[in-house]
Amino acid sequence: MAKFKEKLNWRFGWLWFNKEKVFMKSWQKIPEQIRRLLVLMVLLIVLFLIVRSWLIPPDCGKYGHYRASAVDNIISQPLRYAGQVECGDCHEDHMEVKNAGYHKNLACEVCHGPAADHIENPDEVELLAPRGRGYCPLCHEYLPARPTGFPQIVSDSHNPMKPCIACHEPHDPKPPETPRECSACHAQIARTKSISHHVYVPCTRCHETPEEHKIRPRDFRPTKPQTREFCGGCHATQTPEIKGIPQVDLQTHGQRYVCWQCHYPHLPEAH
Amino acid sequence: MKKEQRKKLPRRDFLKNVLRSCAGLMLPGFLFAKEAGKKAAALLLDGLYNPAEHSWGMGIDINKCIGCGRCADACKKENNVPNVPFFFRTWVERYRVFENGETLIDSPNGAVNGFENLTDERTIIRSFFVPKLCNHCNNPPCVQVCPVGATFQTVDGVVLVDAEYCIGCRYCIQACPYGARFLHPETRTAEKCTFCYHRVVRGKLPACVEVCPTQARIFGELKKKASPLVRFMRMNKIRVLKPALNTEPRVYYSNLDMEVR
Repeated sequence: MAKFKEKLNWRFGWLWFNKEKVFMKSWQKIPEQIRRLLVLMVLLIVLFLIVRSWLIPPDCGKYGHYRASAVDNIISQPLRYAGQVECGDCHEDHMEVKNAGYHKNLACEVCHGPAADHIENPDEVELLAPRGRGYCPLCHEYLPARPTGFPQIVSDSHNPMKPCIACHEPHDPKPPETPRECSACHAQIARTKSISHHVYVPCTRCHETPEEHKIRPRDFRPTKPQTREFCGGCHATQTPEIKGIPQVDLQTHGQRYVCWQCHYPHLPEAH
Repeated sequence: MKKEQRKKLPRRDFLKNVLRSCAGLMLPGFLFAKEAGKKAAALLLDGLYNPAEHSWGMGIDINKCIGCGRCADACKKENNVPNVPFFFRTWVERYRVFENGETLIDSPNGAVNGFENLTDERTIIRSFFVPKLCNHCNNPPCVQVCPVGATFQTVDGVVLVDAEYCIGCRYCIQACPYGARFLHPETRTAEKCTFCYHRVVRGKLPACVEVCPTQARIFGELKKKASPLVRFMRMNKIRVLKPALNTEPRVYYSNLDMEVR
């Protein structure tokens, strides 16, 4: 033990210089078992610090409790979609047409596919657009879940075998003729009505529809009947009875509600 | 005395070895520290992007979604998500509520190929689409359960996965109440929507928002006055998914139906 102390003194003497005696004295005063524990503890703390510095990545904590280089790896991922602002830099003509038509909110890359590579190498990487009948119905095929007013077709009966682009220019997809039938856009309502008792009532009997609605549907909206007497024209007991049409007394039936607040006029079955 | 003598040498050797190996252990740390410093400079994109100045979120308008699935398709292309069913960072669900109260939810291949008209629509009382993705919760359960700290929330509110530290234990996949995570079949690490972080830091929109034909998805700042998302939240009645779980999502839905979970 004494030899060990001498060696220790020779190696680490510079740590305490003249205070060596004071230090050694107070060190000696500590009971042997505590001294051993203290040494062990210091060793453990040092070991902990070393292991900690080794386990925790050096760039952890720069932005938060994670590796900064992890974010780095994620953002170094290459872009595939360039964004339609970039397309306009070269294809101004198409952009101008598109931005004036119904597809103004549609990004070029929806149909033409991811364009980042094409922008890097315009000559080598060519972008194509789907030309068959398969792609447009992804948006425009009739589905009852689609919001009403969104133009939809049933592709089985809508000019079968003809590719969409034969009649519709995709950059300005005006219908070749203004739709006569409301069902072109309001397919769900038309379908519901077709199985109801109102099947022979034309839409325009109840909805006054400005001609412009067909061109700018959101700016010119059709009307709805606002009075009980409108439905009462057929369904009130005061009017002459027509065979098969149910009639109610407007005085006692429905109180202050307009008829369509309870009955869905496109499927008006009462029970 | 004999006992002590026997102990002395091994202990000295031991101490020596400990000190030497410690020095050796620290070495790679020092080396990496230099490298990491370099990378972090690149992360800031030459000072163009400061994460502390942003707070991202997404709004989804159910009334505008037409269920074309272009978002799910673009996401797969942008982020190299395996092009097979079951692996989606974002997907679209179709809800059909029938007269008898039954609700059917389907999402064939995540809507990458769109939807088909399936049932007799006469009995449908209402039907709509719900696009889904990682909700980038402010209080994310997936971050809490990760045993190695490989998933984290950035300052700008995006929940990301450190693919190098992920051990593929799937705790986060279990913990996510929105089913937004999956295990990548090749890397065997957890994957999820990143809000297209690589695009966002470059000032671009996430791929799904970029291609949405009807602007049903709105991406933007949550804490700035002039932001499309703030306008969306001002003009609509909004809800989040599973509010009772207290996850505080950053994906806000308007016109959300009670059947949506």
